[in-house]
Amino acid sequence: MSGTASTYVPKSRVAKWFEARLPIAGLVHSSFVAYPVPRNLNYFWTFGAILSAFLGIQIITGVWLAMHYEPSATGAFNSVEKIMRDVNYGWLLRYAHANGASMFFVAVYVHMFRALYYGSYKAPREVLYILGVVIYLLMMATAFLGYTLPWGQMSFWGATVITNILAAIPVVGDTIQTLLWGGYSVGNPTVNRFFSLHYLLPWMIAGVVVLHVWALHVTGQNNPAGIPIKSGKDAVPFTPYATVKDVFATVVFMILFAWFLFYMPNYLGHADNYIQANPAVTPAHIVPEWYFLPFYAILRAVPSKLGGVILMFAAVIILAFAPWLDTSRIRSCNYRPIYRQFMWVFLGVCLLLGWLGSQPPDGGYVLAAQVCTVYYFAHFLVVMPLCGLFETPKPLPGSILESVTGPGKQVGGAGVPMGAAAAPTTKG
Amino acid sequence: MANTSAAAHAAAPEGSRRDFLFLATGAGLAVGAAAVAWPLVSSMAPDADVIAAGAPIEVDLTPIQDGQIINVFWRGKLIFVRKLTGKEVTDMKAVPVSALSDPAAFDTRVKNGHDQWLVVYGNCTHLGCVPIGHSGNFEGWACPCHGSQFDAVGRVRRGPAPTNLPIPPYAFQTDAKIRIGETGGGKAAA
Repeated sequence: MSGTASTYVPKSRVAKWFEARLPIAGLVHSSFVAYPVPRNLNYFWTFGAILSAFLGIQIITGVWLAMHYEPSATGAFNSVEKIMRDVNYGWLLRYAHANGASMFFVAVYVHMFRALYYGSYKAPREVLYILGVVIYLLMMATAFLGYTLPWGQMSFWGATVITNILAAIPVVGDTIQTLLWGGYSVGNPTVNRFFSLHYLLPWMIAGVVVLHVWALHVTGQNNPAGIPIKSGKDAVPFTPYATVKDVFATVVFMILFAWFLFYMPNYLGHADNYIQANPAVTPAHIVPEWYFLPFYAILRAVPSKLGGVILMFAAVIILAFAPWLDTSRIRSCNYRPIYRQFMWVFLGVCLLLGWLGSQPPDGGYVLAAQVCTVYYFAHFLVVMPLCGLFETPKPLPGSILESVTGPGKQVGGAGVPMGAAAAPTTKG
Repeated sequence: MANTSAAAHAAAPEGSRRDFLFLATGAGLAVGAAAVAWPLVSSMAPDADVIAAGAPIEVDLTPIQDGQIINVFWRGKLIFVRKLTGKEVTDMKAVPVSALSDPAAFDTRVKNGHDQWLVVYGNCTHLGCVPIGHSGNFEGWACPCHGSQFDAVGRVRRGPAPTNLPIPPYAFQTDAKIRIGETGGGKAAA
């Protein structure tokens, strides 16, 4: 996948025979063994591996849950309770799936912040980055569909609110809504088709992930210095360095996952979802899952239905335009003294929007959400273009190696990890 | 493309056999794709069973007290039937139509001669939540989701809801009985 010839040499006769017919071992070798990795990557760069792990966890627990789940308006709620009470380890499968979704979003938000902070969206990684935005969109759709399936009160009203959002689309909105509902309101046909789509989308995510990794291996990884690999000394081979670091970080992240899974499995959910769907009563305080809260705050900040819907979608879509909105020639915020501060303010505004989305839609909260919404878009439309023009960046290091060892020093000094210094670099 | 065919192409002023095949294949593919897509999309529409379950329903109004709101379902959609008090009727008639974001006079919200009876869909026109009755500042409903408020005859008075609560097709059979899903004279709603 790296776009260069593989250095893999099959040893056994069987391996040689197979490699001549399907060179998949060489592909894996060049992508995940010999692949050159910048030697200065920090732990932010392990979240791709963590995300892959969670895609796997979600697919496996999901396939097993589907063996017991009944996608109907009358059966869904009871079948979920059956999974919790009667199915062996059903509680584990369901709690792992529900909390796994939350952890998936924790990891994706760290991954996205990494991309924005270190300028991973900038040339030549635009396509790689946009594929990431596509994965994020698919994740949001999958998470929404999955949340409707237990057919509790939050499921039902979440489904109602989101399908009504689509109805705001001019001309075709009502038709789209009826086709999604399969009736005149959210009901039995809706939960049935949402289950089908919820099972479909993860495979589409997996497909786009393949493209995402492919694009990554064409351009190579960005790094905290934001400068390209110039010589073999700037890089270490993927295995063992990145492999071990990725596995270690994944294990540490799994501790966080296990903490939620085993000690507070319902903390991130809503008690109302343990009440069966009732189309006559909306829960008094309806909020989406935490990972949608910033966008929910933007939706509610606009005192117009269509306007709110447009801004909410725009808040996601604008991410895809970051490569062209940012005018700076420097990638990493480490060398951008002004923009770096704006980046932290932007993070604060996103977190604040999330908190505001969880609050009732009253006067002061709405006003604050309006201010934050304006700032959110201003970050992309004003700060990003202007900072690049007016900011004086700090001097970049001469190479990735220099960013690790300091200018002029030799490899092998006390500040350099022994393994990195001793690493044979296979490719430059 | 080989030189010979390029030459043949140039020699045929009206378009060659190859052009014809190219266009015909393209058109065939487009028609075929549409023919395959249509049943897929159409199958997602409400099926015959769902449509049949949408037959008109009758609601007996006699047990409903002054000021009471009852919930009924037609086609799976929630409908409020509300008996307005004399004060609510007076107040609602006094609201200047020009002050409304979706202007509708009192007379357009009730049936002629049945001023006390309001029949409206029970989902907020913003994003479909169920507004809570007898709350808000307008003697009507307040939506818990995004703060829209409706008055006693279901007209939007505050918040992001774009329109008034819509009125389903219904007709009075007698003074104490309505039929929802029919506009009167036995005509079923579309």
